[in-house]
Amino acid sequence: MADQEITLMKGNEAIAHAAIRCGCDGYFGYPITPQSEVLETLAEQKPWETTGMVVLQAESEVSSINMVYGGACTGKKVMTSSSSPGVSLMQEGISYMAGAELPALIVNVMRGGPGLGTIQPSQSDYFQACKGGGHGDYHLIVLAPASVQEMADFVDLAFTLAFRYRNPAMILADGAIGQMMEKVVLPPFKPRRTEEEIIKECPWATTGRIGGRKPNIITSLELRSEEMEVINLRIQAKYREIEAKEVRYEEFMLDDAEYAIVAFGSAARIAKKSIEIARSQGIKVGLLRPITLWPFPTEEVKALAGRVKGILSLEINAGQMVEDIRLAVEGKVPVRHFGRLGGIIPDPDEVVEVLKSSF
Amino acid sequence: MAKMKGATVVDTERCKGCNLCVVACPLDVLALTTKEVNRKGYNYAHEVLSDTCTGCASCATVCPDGCITVYRLKTE
Amino acid sequence: MTREEIIEKGQVVYKKPTLLNDTPMHYCPGCSHGVVHKLVSEVIEEMGMTDKTIAISPVGCAVFAYKYIDVDWQEAAHGRAPALASATKRLWPDRLVFTYQGDGDLACIGTAETIHALNRAENITIIFINNAIYGMTGGQMAPTTLLGMKTATCPYGREVSLHGYPLKITEIAATLDGTCYVTRQAVHTVAAINRAKKAIRKAFEYSMQGKGSNLVEIVSTCNSGWKMSPEKANKWMEENMFEFYHLGDLKDTGAVK
Repeated sequence: MADQEITLMKGNEAIAHAAIRCGCDGYFGYPITPQSEVLETLAEQKPWETTGMVVLQAESEVSSINMVYGGACTGKKVMTSSSSPGVSLMQEGISYMAGAELPALIVNVMRGGPGLGTIQPSQSDYFQACKGGGHGDYHLIVLAPASVQEMADFVDLAFTLAFRYRNPAMILADGAIGQMMEKVVLPPFKPRRTEEEIIKECPWATTGRIGGRKPNIITSLELRSEEMEVINLRIQAKYREIEAKEVRYEEFMLDDAEYAIVAFGSAARIAKKSIEIARSQGIKVGLLRPITLWPFPTEEVKALAGRVKGILSLEINAGQMVEDIRLAVEGKVPVRHFGRLGGIIPDPDEVVEVLKSSF
Repeated sequence: MAKMKGATVVDTERCKGCNLCVVACPLDVLALTTKEVNRKGYNYAHEVLSDTCTGCASCATVCPDGCITVYRLKTE
Repeated sequence: MTREEIIEKGQVVYKKPTLLNDTPMHYCPGCSHGVVHKLVSEVIEEMGMTDKTIAISPVGCAVFAYKYIDVDWQEAAHGRAPALASATKRLWPDRLVFTYQGDGDLACIGTAETIHALNRAENITIIFINNAIYGMTGGQMAPTTLLGMKTATCPYGREVSLHGYPLKITEIAATLDGTCYVTRQAVHTVAAINRAKKAIRKAFEYSMQGKGSNLVEIVSTCNSGWKMSPEKANKWMEENMFEFYHLGDLKDTGAVK
């Protein structure tokens, strides 16, 4: 079957192919290392000639995200991708989309910061992705892929969740996942929605007043505080629903584990190797891999705290997710963090040494 | 000889008393009230020389708030 | 012939366009925005595009434009309207897509979005209200504030040594290959209003004909910010603004073809 064909490609390329295949209507982006292959692949694939998908290189990340904002207003399936410094520039538009409750996909292929930092992989945008990032009380739905296959699979999942909740979703990858080549089975082709389908599925969208309906207005503005509080409360209620229904995670060798590593994305792959090494030395350790970083698997981490003697948060940053782990654990067991900075990926052996010395 | 007779109707509650219609009228048909105000507290435009109005609609064209409707009738 | 008879038997020669709804507009008395809102509404109605228009409002005095003109609206972040419009038009090519922006929004914080959307030849229209001041935030200096003009942030008058020169972004737009129709109009007299309406109509038609991007600047007053009566503000505009911001078409490549 052509659809089930196994191919070898970069994570960034997988994002592009998956976008075309899942019926994405528009991509708006700006080049930045290490994610430029997303736009390059789309330009090379010319989906405007096949599926009719719009691909546009914007003049900046500020413009890209506002193109996504405009596109999302119209009920179309739109996305952008960037890397850390570019995603910082996008925070204004992301906040507006969260406020206006618009579905869209933002891909962040993280690199090390702060500032211009490095072009090497990092996970140091966890806070930015999961705690809002821009101004105002809001959340993105954040998916953390740990393989090229998940880069491909999460595009459709992110759009599904974004439209289900009318909320922007983010794929939070890193330079390693974006640049590495792996086997991938691309998702089957799904046609782009027709105008009729969009108007039916998104009655709120600015499609023009087709059929003489009342005007649709997309805005995040409400000057009356009483009204603005009501809007905020409604959005918060939506977040509680997402937290209750959409937590995703993977467990690895946790059944008999005395210690647990919690890690996402690239760090989770390193953790698996470390667990293999540690177990060969008689240390019973397993992995909990959050797939949704927001909503965070708080209950699962809490349950873990009742079963193990210690938890290590392995992150490619100075310690960000560890705060959510500690909130979940409520002091029941020791929680340590280990990470490397500046674009350095931790070595599995050094993780084992940290495990031994931490608990 | 055919003659154009006009009439203006001002939505006095919508009027903000900017006076631009008064300035635009070539025949001094309109003026702002001097004492009466609408619910928003504005003096509003009204016809003071009804007979002279030809229905040219200058007042309505320049009105920023779309307060004025103009009617015109051809008379012999 | 009584007034009542004329109203009863006569024909309506002017009334507020129905697309401009009955919500009272928040603009100051005499503000040019209201006139331009009427013109935009009239043109959309006359083109029969009410159910096929998607408009984008700015941040600035016209932020609430969506409350007054009954078409679909997207409210953009400050300066970003042309980016929203670019995507919207590309995703819905048969819709009439326009932005409505002021000088602070378009010629300052949104300069990049404006220039690039215009130069990409996006088939959109940008309505640009230039009153040389930030109205909504309380009358601060804009990129288009004239030299010597006093505002809240240049209370002694705009000076080159302190603030640089006023920006003629419409002249810049006219040099861009992507623009089709670039014009500068005003709405201070009946004749000017009629010309401005024709310009908006032409820009909207070019947008729908896919001829490239269109910019309609309306040199406007801000009587509150300028601290003048609406009538005086119009006079001041004629005497000062038009000298620097010349009225008329700067470019029209749509008609030649």
